[in-house]
Amino acid sequence: MDRERQKRAPIYEALAAFKRKRVVPFDVPGHKRGRGNPELVQLLGEKCVSLDVNSMKPLDNLCHPVSVIREAEELAAEAFDADMAYLMVGGTTSAVQSMILSVCRAGDKIILPRNVHKSVINALVLCGAIPVYVNPRVNQTLGIPLGMETEGVRQAIEENPDAVAVFVNNPTYYGICSDIRAIVSLAHTNGMKVLADEAHGTHLYFGSGLPLPAIAAGADMSAVSMHKSGGSLTQSSMLLLNAGVNSDYVRQIINLTQTTSASYLLLSSLDISRRNLALRGAESFAKVMEMAEYARREINSIGGYYAYGKELVDRESVFDYDVTKLSVYTRGMGLAGIEVYDLLRDEYDIQIEFGDISNILAYISIGDRIQDIERLVGALADIERLYKKDGTGLLSGEYINPQVVMSPQKAFYSKKLSLPVHESAGRVCAEFVMCYPPGIPILAPGERITDDIVQYILYAKEKGCSMQGTEDPAIEHLMVLAE
Amino acid sequence: MEFWFADLHTANVKLNVRIERQLFSGESEYQRIDVFDSEEFGRFVSLDGEIVFSEKDEFIYDEMVTHVPMAIHPHVRDVLIIGGGDGGVAKELLQYPSVEHVDVVETDEMFVNVCRQFFPDVACALNDARVKIHFDDGLRFLRNKKERYDLIINDSTDPFGHTEGLFTKEFYGSCYQALKADGMMVYQHGSPFYDEDELACRSMHRKAFRSFPISRVYQAHIPTCPSGYWLFGFASKKYHPLKDFKPEAWDALQIETWYYTTHLHTGAFMLPKYVEDLLEEEEQTK
Repeated sequence: MDRERQKRAPIYEALAAFKRKRVVPFDVPGHKRGRGNPELVQLLGEKCVSLDVNSMKPLDNLCHPVSVIREAEELAAEAFDADMAYLMVGGTTSAVQSMILSVCRAGDKIILPRNVHKSVINALVLCGAIPVYVNPRVNQTLGIPLGMETEGVRQAIEENPDAVAVFVNNPTYYGICSDIRAIVSLAHTNGMKVLADEAHGTHLYFGSGLPLPAIAAGADMSAVSMHKSGGSLTQSSMLLLNAGVNSDYVRQIINLTQTTSASYLLLSSLDISRRNLALRGAESFAKVMEMAEYARREINSIGGYYAYGKELVDRESVFDYDVTKLSVYTRGMGLAGIEVYDLLRDEYDIQIEFGDISNILAYISIGDRIQDIERLVGALADIERLYKKDGTGLLSGEYINPQVVMSPQKAFYSKKLSLPVHESAGRVCAEFVMCYPPGIPILAPGERITDDIVQYILYAKEKGCSMQGTEDPAIEHLMVLAE
Repeated sequence: MEFWFADLHTANVKLNVRIERQLFSGESEYQRIDVFDSEEFGRFVSLDGEIVFSEKDEFIYDEMVTHVPMAIHPHVRDVLIIGGGDGGVAKELLQYPSVEHVDVVETDEMFVNVCRQFFPDVACALNDARVKIHFDDGLRFLRNKKERYDLIINDSTDPFGHTEGLFTKEFYGSCYQALKADGMMVYQHGSPFYDEDELACRSMHRKAFRSFPISRVYQAHIPTCPSGYWLFGFASKKYHPLKDFKPEAWDALQIETWYYTTHLHTGAFMLPKYVEDLLEEEEQTK
């Protein structure tokens, strides 16, 4: 990586130059630098609104970049040590969809872990590919899905030699990594592509002492959430390619669903964040790691909590662990993760990333300060003192194996009817049921609904998890196939 | 020469103080620290541009957080002062023979060094054998302390700066845990007058009220504070600030003061109607 070159931020520079020219706008957006919408200016500030401009010659065009956006993409590719990088403005969801649509056609099989983000299965609905799930092991105590074991991937490849790709989370929401290098080697030997969801892995490319990033491991494509650990604006993201992928075809695929009015606020935030990561990422993430490790030690000394870390690594289902993640098991003091999540927000004015049935996850990033960590630890100590209870009667957050009956696309577009949840066992589900966050599907279109699943949905609802994905917003009813 | 220091009390109101000269300016890991000499307030310190104490009115504040609780609790031995890096509160406390041990927890070492250099008459209290200074985060220091103190004084004033952790529910919870069964705490309750301050003031009372069986508020006039009017919180596990108040015992100690008197003690808890109303509202909200 050329540090001198990385000091440039072509989109940012072009916007600054454009602003100085004081061009009179007779183009969109219609708010015309905010003049037509004073309340918006009041909220976002004059500077921000004046940078909300349209694609034009000096600012390039995201659909077909030839100048400053192209340069920004080249710099990003260099920073991530990838062959090609696309700036994405539809979230990492759009990057994930573009990866899948680039390698799968209708009827193709794709091997993936069950704990994929819903955007992956949504992409299967769009393209008609068929999921082959590799069951992740579950840590029985913590109730979290782990990584894909290499052996499980080998078996799936042997049983499905016609599959076109293997999909890998690197890492999972909880920070768990599979042996991505071994998976890449297996997949490539069998002529399959490897797609990585690095929504929670931007920092892997810049920190040291962290798990291996997908592109370095030889994965063909990776979706990287710059707006998470990378520090760019929400909804901005990046898609990376390794050598050997047809980049023009990928650009075509991206343009199928991408807006033709990409926001320059998002694009410039990607540009500036990439520069920041390239120049200062290593030291920033060293600090993040140190803060997360400190918080882990302090939380573990409270008693009642288990903030897990590298000790989970067994080189199989937990090949590696991302220590910047601060996941804490809360059931040891009789509280569901979601209960602690709610207490932190309602009683302590602390918003954490998510709470599931057994765990909470606090997101530690380049924007954190040690005094905020002290607040979090202090609040957890206080919760332990005031709210601790008997743990019996808590349902464990056990992972439930899906039974895939048909392709998500076929189920999604079939004739359906609505049934009360408790009467739905035995039917084929026609929609998603997500427990959100972390947004891992309990049911996806085309899967059999079992008694265990019905119990889980009812329990998670009762505990206050946000259940999404169904047509019925209250999740009293499920859409099932009319058989 | 016209040289004026402006302390913004709100975005729209400021207190101007004519400066003789600036003695120090430094940026610590946590805040910007400045020391000035002024005609009206004498020598004063500002943190991030806000006056935290001046020679002229510091006595009011130090006396009110010390003598009020000390005249209530009959045998204070172990005291924790959070953020008392200037030594002013410790100095008042050391006048009591019953006090055996004072822990002072200050995050910012530079602040203490500045106080030692420019306010040696006050900071000298930190050198007393009964005082131990800890450079640590207040919340962190408290976390594992159980039933250790008779009195905790939160000497931090800014609920929005690096000390914001000392105005949270977890802070009051940790203090409760660190206090003995008849322990009590006193904290800066801010000024109730300006809108933004009022919100912080309400939120503090809500948290303390829910963390302690007894929680009252008292007042003082402090010229360099926003609106010149300042509140203190008194939270306690057992003693009531008026019902358990022992004026004769305190008078017998013959401690010299400039602001506090046993008459004033009772009066300080008699609050203006608007303050009473806003506190009561917070006690009633769920």
